[in-house]
Amino acid sequence: MPKKAVMKMYENAKRTVLICCGTGCLANNSMQIYERLKKKVEDYGPYFQIIPVLKTTGCNGLCEKGPIVNILPDEIFYCKVKVEDVDEIFEKTLLKGEVIERLLYLDTATGRRVRSHKESEFFKRQLKIALRNIGQIDPGSIDDYIERGGYKSLKKALFEMTPEEIISEIERSGLRGRGGAGFPTGYKWKQARKINSFPKFIACNGDEGDPGAFMDRSIMEGDPHSIIEGMIIGAYAVGAEKGFVYIRDEYSLAVKNVSRAIKDAYERGFLGRNILGSGFNLDIEVVRGGGAFVCGESTALMASIEGKVGEPRVKYIRSTEKGLWGQPTVLNNVETWANVPVIIEKGADWYSSIGTEKSKGTKVFSLVGKVKNTGLIEVPMGTTLREIIFEIGGGITGGKRFKAVQTGGPSGGCIPEELLDLPVDFDSLDKAGSMMGSGGMIVMDESTCMVEVARYYLKFLSEESCGKCTPCREGIRRMLEILEDICAGRGREGDLELLLELSETVKEASLCGLGKTAPNPVLTTIKYFKDEYLAHIREKRCPAGVCKNLTSYRINPELCRGCGVCAKKCPAGAISGKPKSPYVIDTVKCIVCGACKEACRFNAVEVVGRR
Amino acid sequence: MILVRSILEKYPKEQRFLLAILQDIQRTYNYLPREALIEVRDYLNVPLSSLYSMATFYKALSLKPKGKYIIRVCDGTACHIRGSMNLLDEIKRLLSLSPGEVTKDGKFSLETVNCLGSCAIAPVMVINDKYYGNLNPSLVREILAEYAEKSGDENV
Repeated sequence: MPKKAVMKMYENAKRTVLICCGTGCLANNSMQIYERLKKKVEDYGPYFQIIPVLKTTGCNGLCEKGPIVNILPDEIFYCKVKVEDVDEIFEKTLLKGEVIERLLYLDTATGRRVRSHKESEFFKRQLKIALRNIGQIDPGSIDDYIERGGYKSLKKALFEMTPEEIISEIERSGLRGRGGAGFPTGYKWKQARKINSFPKFIACNGDEGDPGAFMDRSIMEGDPHSIIEGMIIGAYAVGAEKGFVYIRDEYSLAVKNVSRAIKDAYERGFLGRNILGSGFNLDIEVVRGGGAFVCGESTALMASIEGKVGEPRVKYIRSTEKGLWGQPTVLNNVETWANVPVIIEKGADWYSSIGTEKSKGTKVFSLVGKVKNTGLIEVPMGTTLREIIFEIGGGITGGKRFKAVQTGGPSGGCIPEELLDLPVDFDSLDKAGSMMGSGGMIVMDESTCMVEVARYYLKFLSEESCGKCTPCREGIRRMLEILEDICAGRGREGDLELLLELSETVKEASLCGLGKTAPNPVLTTIKYFKDEYLAHIREKRCPAGVCKNLTSYRINPELCRGCGVCAKKCPAGAISGKPKSPYVIDTVKCIVCGACKEACRFNAVEVVGRR
Repeated sequence: MILVRSILEKYPKEQRFLLAILQDIQRTYNYLPREALIEVRDYLNVPLSSLYSMATFYKALSLKPKGKYIIRVCDGTACHIRGSMNLLDEIKRLLSLSPGEVTKDGKFSLETVNCLGSCAIAPVMVINDKYYGNLNPSLVREILAEYAEKSGDENV
């Protein structure tokens, strides 16, 4: 298009293009999309009346449909954008305000394409408090945060409220720790304030270790100032002048964005000496974790900040009394801190009107596994698992049957279909034998083997146990050996009873949360999926077709249409046949990866017992 | 070791910076050389044995050199149930390498990690800092073939 024409065509609208650069979208080349669009806009720059603003944002949550490009004020939400689509987006949407139909979000619930993400089932049912800014702002820009009301709560807290009033507001809001245990935040702060021993410390737990969870990562990457503002308010309330943000080593972008946010906050006078002229001082620094799961436990995390090996200690004295270097310390999780500024701004009454009787507010979950809309969601406490998985998540992929949802990471459990109407809050999940945990929600379908899942978690925990308590160190290993035997076809009568007995000892006799909750994945799978264990032990059969020693695949010649897709997908070259006649699997070459079963549209690949 | 000294100079002589110092050394050398640990010992006045316990406790630290390209296969729960073990098997087969090992030419090392927080695009692997999502064994084969063409000295 000739450049002169642009000027005429371009309306007088101030457009902002938000390009999601969360890890999911980055892996799908969103940075190249940004670069290319930036170049286009720069080339045409002088011809625009108002130059569109391009911003890279944190994770929108809908990682499944990434890379995502959101155009404001038109509210046009493009999904699965490719670098090749950029020129068309520029010419049609940015210049003419036209919508490119094929890039719009296809709502799995209705089967229709919707223009704005706000119209989709995935977003409509969510309520974003902790994630309020993510996807809307450039995490590298403190001005973006301030423009959306950021640091207003800090001013309110410093100049209009006493520390006691802040604590009472947080207490009345009913905010409970989002790291998993659900300890009342206001109460924790009150305890730390009461103690007359200085210095005091505050810390942010960003050592998100649960596999299958990335809520904290997204907040640290996408809206780091919300955490810092929360921490400054908390430090002022408890009387701390030094704070730490402990971030998992694997999260390099989170380290970068939080560090940058801290630096910018210093420059604007939100951190450092005499904050905004209030006389209050606070320094915050980032501490990189070392890649140890147990460091997510409060006392282990503090040992790690002190530069020691991260072993937990006995907790008859709480960290609010003796934490970092033996001084009063308030440690809260990333999501908890991010909630604080909103509670101060909108008040405890507003916050406590959301959620259930004992669990207030919202909770962020990472909805992953065998579900259609994988990604990050935030819902009011008390939303049922069914709503989350089937309405927001859009149900199970590939038309398969739901089997279980795992919550709470390695400390949690697997919840079966009959409990899907359970409202999600701290107490109901506990009752079901699982726990809320930090918010990982992993959906499993009929092709997931529950025995193997239990084995997986114990393998994880046996590697991550710090080794201090014998029941945890040795007990988990023995349990793992039993499960490995069951998965390999060496299961024996009496194994289940032995697992239950060991579980009890590990739970009772370990010091920290890791050991105390380690048997949960085993206990819940035995409770809800005992028949799968028995099939492994007695019939030497893995019903889901996952345990390789107990599985072989077969193509049912009656169902096979001879399309050959399975043969193309097979990484081992084990499938042969002629088009339009039934294909055959060579069980000697077959590596039992299940790629053929996954690929077959006619359900012709069947799981049969041991070869 | 000049590099070690320049790392140490960035930090005050306090034990709380020990983990950060060791991580910087790890990043510089791809492992923790014994000579470097001796310098850390003298700088912070901590016993070598406690440095050893740090090095063996934290996964980010290693006492053996890692490869030029570090392949990290995510085995978080979401990746696991979407078949991360099949990716790992494929890499093991192609490079004759087990997790924790380095190829003889020092080009690749293989690790499994607990979760990279990219569960929505599971299964995931990362080579140095580049993420690869929604993988299957055949894609892994293509990606490794790309790296096989690169010489060991080239940067990604």
